[in-house]
Amino acid sequence: MKDCDAVIVGSGPAGATAAHVLTEAGWSVIILEKGRNHLLELDAPFGPMNHVSNDEIKMVRRHFLGPDPWLEPRTYRRTEADGERLDIGDVNNLPSTVGGGGFHADGKLPRFREEDFKILSHAGPVEGTDIVDWPVDYAEMEPFYGEAERLIGVAGDAAGNPFASWRADSYPMPPGADMYCAVLTGEAATRLGYHPYRAPTGVNSVVYDGRPACNNCGFCAYYGCPIEAKGDPVVPLRAALRTGRCEIRPESIVTDVLIDRTGRKASGVRFLDTNMQAHEVSAHHVVLAGGAFETPRLLLRNEIGNPDVVGRYLSFHFQTFVLGIFDHRLHGHRGRAVTHLMDDPIVGDDATAAAARAVGLPFLRGGIVEHGAAGQPIMEATHSPSGPMHAQLMTDSTLRDCMAAFTMQGEDLPLATNRVDLDPQVTDVYGLPAGRVTYEPHHHEIATAEHWIPRLEAIMREAGAGHTFSATSPALPGTRGDRPGLRAPMSRHIIGTARMGDDPRTSVFDRWQRLHGIDNVMCADSSVFPTGTGYGPTLTIVALAIRAARALL
Amino acid sequence: MPNFLTHAERAVLAAAAERLIPATDSHPGATALGVVDYIDGMLSAFLVDPPRIWAGGPFSGRNGGGATFEAFSPLGHLEELAWRTRIEGSLGIAQRERLGPVTGWQQDYRDGIASLGTDFCDCGDSEQDVRLSALSQFKQLLYVHACEGAYGAPEYGGNRDLAGWNAIQFPGDIQPRGYTDAEVSGRE
Repeated sequence: MKDCDAVIVGSGPAGATAAHVLTEAGWSVIILEKGRNHLLELDAPFGPMNHVSNDEIKMVRRHFLGPDPWLEPRTYRRTEADGERLDIGDVNNLPSTVGGGGFHADGKLPRFREEDFKILSHAGPVEGTDIVDWPVDYAEMEPFYGEAERLIGVAGDAAGNPFASWRADSYPMPPGADMYCAVLTGEAATRLGYHPYRAPTGVNSVVYDGRPACNNCGFCAYYGCPIEAKGDPVVPLRAALRTGRCEIRPESIVTDVLIDRTGRKASGVRFLDTNMQAHEVSAHHVVLAGGAFETPRLLLRNEIGNPDVVGRYLSFHFQTFVLGIFDHRLHGHRGRAVTHLMDDPIVGDDATAAAARAVGLPFLRGGIVEHGAAGQPIMEATHSPSGPMHAQLMTDSTLRDCMAAFTMQGEDLPLATNRVDLDPQVTDVYGLPAGRVTYEPHHHEIATAEHWIPRLEAIMREAGAGHTFSATSPALPGTRGDRPGLRAPMSRHIIGTARMGDDPRTSVFDRWQRLHGIDNVMCADSSVFPTGTGYGPTLTIVALAIRAARALL
Repeated sequence: MPNFLTHAERAVLAAAAERLIPATDSHPGATALGVVDYIDGMLSAFLVDPPRIWAGGPFSGRNGGGATFEAFSPLGHLEELAWRTRIEGSLGIAQRERLGPVTGWQQDYRDGIASLGTDFCDCGDSEQDVRLSALSQFKQLLYVHACEGAYGAPEYGGNRDLAGWNAIQFPGDIQPRGYTDAEVSGRE
């Protein structure tokens, strides 16, 4: 007798969605989450915990949603030539808490486009990269996208984006209130021939599914919604709990996937509680959903999965920040952080094609451009100088209230050398080897950013900005931020470290996200993405998790 | 609230913080903003229970709802280990030295204040600046914490009477009131 039908490692968007689909079908599941629970009560009626708040010190400065970078350090280097590591601490950290990355994200939930699933076929190979087609296409994904949008509750305008792929249904809610700064930059972009649209956002614009409409408090990205206007991940977790067939065990870090004597079946998992006591859960199926950093770390620790591929093809989004300073206040602290997107840098135009040819590449694929606001006061202050200039800059609020920001989430092409592995010395508080990032961008990402920076700055000036400047993460070669000892890329979009595919020699999971060779281990998270695309990953994580979980039934 | 710093140390710290965030006609300086109370509250976080690390949720009471920020959140025991290590230092305790010895903020402040000199408050502005610049690591630590104290939620001891937020026209936490759609989309 097993403890449950499926044990799920991680309670973020991937694990929560899998739990919902499996329990709805009558399975029993146990979710093991390494972080604490600040999301919802684990006893009926599963109400909100009311722990999160509009508090920059708690939520941003003091790691309330975890992980604490001292307890669970990660390490980073650019290449093997850097030695064992350049940095220890916060490396692309996503929250470690019940709800995972879904809890803190501001919930921009675009779909990928048809060509994103078939870049190799669509646009051809790129030397030095391993771009591949996905083993699933948009037509197969479309109903799962629709289901994900209805489940989480996505507000959007189905006709808004002229480049969007076809869809069977409209969004379940209309878009929420447009932020003033995004109205300015959006109108300017339209005047210059670009195609901004109201961002599909997993935040209620009206009462939906018993949860209230968003009241535009502005503490969105890096926070957690104090009023449950954001659906992911509370909706699928609560739905799973309500079936009576789901148990969530916070503060339980999975150390091992247990494999039976045949070597072809998993029998469950072993985990540690915070007193370092080991426990086991037996299950018919193991679902990995720790995210594209923790999942390969677990597989590598256990020597499970194709050793030539696990951890490799780590992709982020190459982030380009274009900032414009206006002569009046934009009150960017009101609203959902970002209310408009545009896909033009993904689709490209004649100028983009010419720029690609000039650097010897078949294409330059950027990413969605998020039209949003600048940060919050403590961030503004620490980026302002101390001393005589401080008070003037802060009262004028040049770097916050008078600033609009574009963030381009540029597509990051997969390289075998970019990877997550186990640091040979540094350990976490559980005594497990820290995950280590080895990452440097391909020249495609750099060329794409260099192409779009002047074009995006021109939009900012058209919108009324008197001064513009730009930065990227990681820094462009030769710029101020490009120096030894630099930090890892800031992106929290982590992708591709255990890619899926039909060929077990070149992938870790199959097209149904089952481990090649051990078919009762399924991966529900973005580890399986074969390429990164220029879109935020969360809606596709949820849609794929629905598809993969249903395929287990 | 209990203090970690002595009266004399607080005076030096106030003078130093004031050089980093000096007062102007329209913006109070670090001292008036309560930056010293913020930092001393952080250094003495574990002298109260629950420790003053994370304010409670979901609301402050400034814009409706109960004043739940005031009830600080309890820490898990691993979180307590991390925060005690950060604040108190590793002190030779094996569990706190997994990544090597850690000098805590308490020691950083005690040493930094001592290095500024007992006569720091009596020095002129330029001499104070010279002494601060000679301690570049301490100056950076103090500046980051001064920014948190100046513009963070007042429940942590700084941003006294909301003077930091008022000076920069930031409304602060706004739940559960939020903003109307017109306030979001309009110019004003």
